[in-house]
Amino acid sequence: MSETAVLVDAGVSGPRRRLLTGNGRPMWSAAVLLAAALVVTPVAAVVIDGLGSLNSGSLPQDIGPMIVTTVLLMGGVGLSTLLIGGGLAWLVTAHDFPLRNLLSWALVLPLAMPAYILGFVFLSTFDVGGPVQGMLRTVLGPGAWLPDVRTLAGAVVVMSLTLYPYVYLLARSALVEQSATTYDAARTLGAGRSRALWRVVVPMARPSLAAALALVMMETLTDFATVQYFNVQTVSVGVYLVWKGSFDFHAATQLSVLVLVFAVAVLAGERLLRGRSRFHQKAGRGEGLKSRRLTGWRGWAAALACLSVLGAGFILPVAQLAGWAVGEAAGGSEPLLDPRFVEYLVNSVTVASLAALVCAALALTIGHAQRLGGGPLVAVAAQATTFGYAVPGAVIGIGVLIAFARVDEWLELAGVPGGTGLLVTGSVAGILCAYVVRFIAPAHQAVDASFAKISPALTFSALSLGSTPRRLLTRVHLPLARRGAAVALVLVAIDAVKELPIVLLLRPFGFTTISVWVYELARENFWEKAALPALGIVAVAVIPVYFLFRRSAGLKAGAVTHDQ
Amino acid sequence: MTSDFNGTRPPALTLAGVSRRYGGVHAATSLDLTVTPGEMVTVIGPSGCGKSTMLRMIAGLERPDSGIITIAGEVVADRRRYQEPERRRVGLVFQEHALFPNLTVAKNVAFGLNRLPSRERQKRVAEVLELVRLGHLAARYPHELSGGEQQRVALARALAPRPAVVLLDEPFSSLDETLRGRVRADIVAVLQETGTTSLLVTHDQTEALSVGDRVVVMRDGAIEQADTPEKVFEQPSTRFVASFMGDADFLPANVHNALLTCEIGVVSTVPGWANCDVNVDVVLRPHEVALAHDPAATARVISQEYRGAFVLHYIRLASGRTLRSWQPHHIRYAPGTPVNVTVAAGTSPTLLVDDRAVTEPPVGTAGRPTQPPAPSPITVLR
Repeated sequence: MSETAVLVDAGVSGPRRRLLTGNGRPMWSAAVLLAAALVVTPVAAVVIDGLGSLNSGSLPQDIGPMIVTTVLLMGGVGLSTLLIGGGLAWLVTAHDFPLRNLLSWALVLPLAMPAYILGFVFLSTFDVGGPVQGMLRTVLGPGAWLPDVRTLAGAVVVMSLTLYPYVYLLARSALVEQSATTYDAARTLGAGRSRALWRVVVPMARPSLAAALALVMMETLTDFATVQYFNVQTVSVGVYLVWKGSFDFHAATQLSVLVLVFAVAVLAGERLLRGRSRFHQKAGRGEGLKSRRLTGWRGWAAALACLSVLGAGFILPVAQLAGWAVGEAAGGSEPLLDPRFVEYLVNSVTVASLAALVCAALALTIGHAQRLGGGPLVAVAAQATTFGYAVPGAVIGIGVLIAFARVDEWLELAGVPGGTGLLVTGSVAGILCAYVVRFIAPAHQAVDASFAKISPALTFSALSLGSTPRRLLTRVHLPLARRGAAVALVLVAIDAVKELPIVLLLRPFGFTTISVWVYELARENFWEKAALPALGIVAVAVIPVYFLFRRSAGLKAGAVTHDQ
Repeated sequence: MTSDFNGTRPPALTLAGVSRRYGGVHAATSLDLTVTPGEMVTVIGPSGCGKSTMLRMIAGLERPDSGIITIAGEVVADRRRYQEPERRRVGLVFQEHALFPNLTVAKNVAFGLNRLPSRERQKRVAEVLELVRLGHLAARYPHELSGGEQQRVALARALAPRPAVVLLDEPFSSLDETLRGRVRADIVAVLQETGTTSLLVTHDQTEALSVGDRVVVMRDGAIEQADTPEKVFEQPSTRFVASFMGDADFLPANVHNALLTCEIGVVSTVPGWANCDVNVDVVLRPHEVALAHDPAATARVISQEYRGAFVLHYIRLASGRTLRSWQPHHIRYAPGTPVNVTVAAGTSPTLLVDDRAVTEPPVGTAGRPTQPPAPSPITVLR
């Protein structure tokens, strides 16, 4: 073991060495540590700069209202997604009504609708100039009071409609996996249907609900465009605005630290809500609850409830977008496809594919290294790589800028003129770097799930048959984890296509992606022009929804043998 | 040790003072073991006794804290050196077979032969598959095989690179009862036929006794006894081995002037224990306990279990202690029957002092032996 020196100096004794690298291979363990460092660096840079400048500069203005707004927004979206998602999940799993099977998967679709797209469709319909208010004014008279939709409440409605599927999905699989025996036991012990629901079913689903709620809040905190349409100033938007508006470095990092506090609070909240319950659907792979048939008007009311949520969150906005796109094309004022559309699409796809490849490769490396017996430090590092997902894009963007600036300084000190030069501001390297930091978590999760299904005995067998770690990766781990790797590629690519603030912060001059284009057009109320690229984003985003749904449906199917 | 030690060939495997701790738990404490080439050693113990840790350390999946492990004369782990598993000549067979699901049977078997030229590789694959009589399934995928066939492929794969020692980790426990005996016989036959040195971990006492040339009994990370199956069963070295390897009851007894007595009367003479007066525990196995109907007896049958060929009787003695006794299936004493309890003729019971078996009087309690040794060490009085 001559390469041991990579990680530990020769003097470190046996047990100590094991703490650092376990029984693992130094090179592979080092790769994991490196990946963790990559993720942690920008976040750490922000925290150090933000905290370090606390007493030197003045805190950004209206920080108080920003915090209140953020709390209200997150609370409002959390509560309403819990109601909508949880309610629909209960309706769909415990009841039988017309169109149930179709609706049970279609209800996931709004996940493919980014909030910043639903947001502008919503505004175009309900805002002062929109058809709804126009109609109301003709009915009620021009002077009638009509509610302002560009408010916090409007943002809550739009974000809830796009985010409720997280709660729906997790609650649904919790209910499906929940063994019917506990519910039946409660019923035989004299609990009525609703008491059994609140006393047994809901508490058992609590860990899943907590996890879903954390996801929803995270997405809300990360949101950047929707809140701007609705004039809602959250801390995440504050970071971007302070940065772009005044280039006040320290104010931006101070706000970023605040955003991180929110992120940590959400994670801590999830732990707290989950409590000590470790029964994460351990109760056995039950048949699930026996569904009760809703007949007559009740059945149709249930179907209508599902349909109205689905309609508001997906069907109607897609129809509207399609209508605009067709109208634009038929209008003939412009060519069917704006040449910029192709260019921006290529930009988006290129950056997203690169990010996906890097993330999937890193995720495979992490899984492989852990399989080789990484030890506690590697396990911690692997966990650390997933933290980036909880950090809003604007914060990561600033972190990457600061980190690269430091590297430049060091390089110049070391005698390299110009440092990395325009590497960050002049190319997409910065964007790519920030993407990896932000999106390695879903890749890691997907690959990790695949690795979890590979029996350790397979790894050991391959090693004892003389396989080197590299051959083990290419011949055993990669083929067996290929499904997870594919999921990782797709998930990251799509997240990257949808991402906004990172591109806005880090893009080189003249570089635009399709999501930025949609955002800019929508912000200037060019709804019709934004329709086609928006539809493109929705179409791409439907793909991971399919994966998500199949995964949660797959749980029900149970053990699937390894097909070739 | 059964196999005679051939001076020219080094032992297939040695462990010397091998220890491993997890936090505060001693998973292996100073293990010493020497396995001669061609020997088949079974390792048994309750769960958590360290038998799997021992296997993993030999395979190189776990690093010992101290001690030396050699394989075929080559040191693979000591204070400094540590050979990675892929460089040790060790074959592994797991309970869950662990065949690569993405490769055919032939490619699974060929996996460890990647350094051979293709022609030789194919020849060797055919050879070992023939050994386990599965040549006709070479093109199949693992999921198209039965559990028994999968286990035979796993063995073929482990044998293909001609390992110095094959480690089998509870290889039969995932198979159902009916299949198990047959697969076990098949696999043991192949191992014997090829003269393969092997170490088989099991939790099945019968398996350990019937398959092994030698049985290693482990407990709490330490080896309690490593002996031939006969010795482990008939002369257990500790109270734990006696009760773990088959049914055993313990009765307080006394050796006075070479006469072993306990609650059920005089058991035997113990030559060499003259002039001493020692309290011991005597180990009695159910097949050594004889019963006879006797209305005057104080012992009573309290229950019986029908086991097919035998009936296991539970007897309560006057002191309240219970003994178990096998009786032929046609003899069944109803509960409550007064019975006279004796020890079957020819029995040489094991004596325990402080949970350890003793063959001579403990130091300080015994006088000097006054007689020349008797022809048979222990004889039963009848």
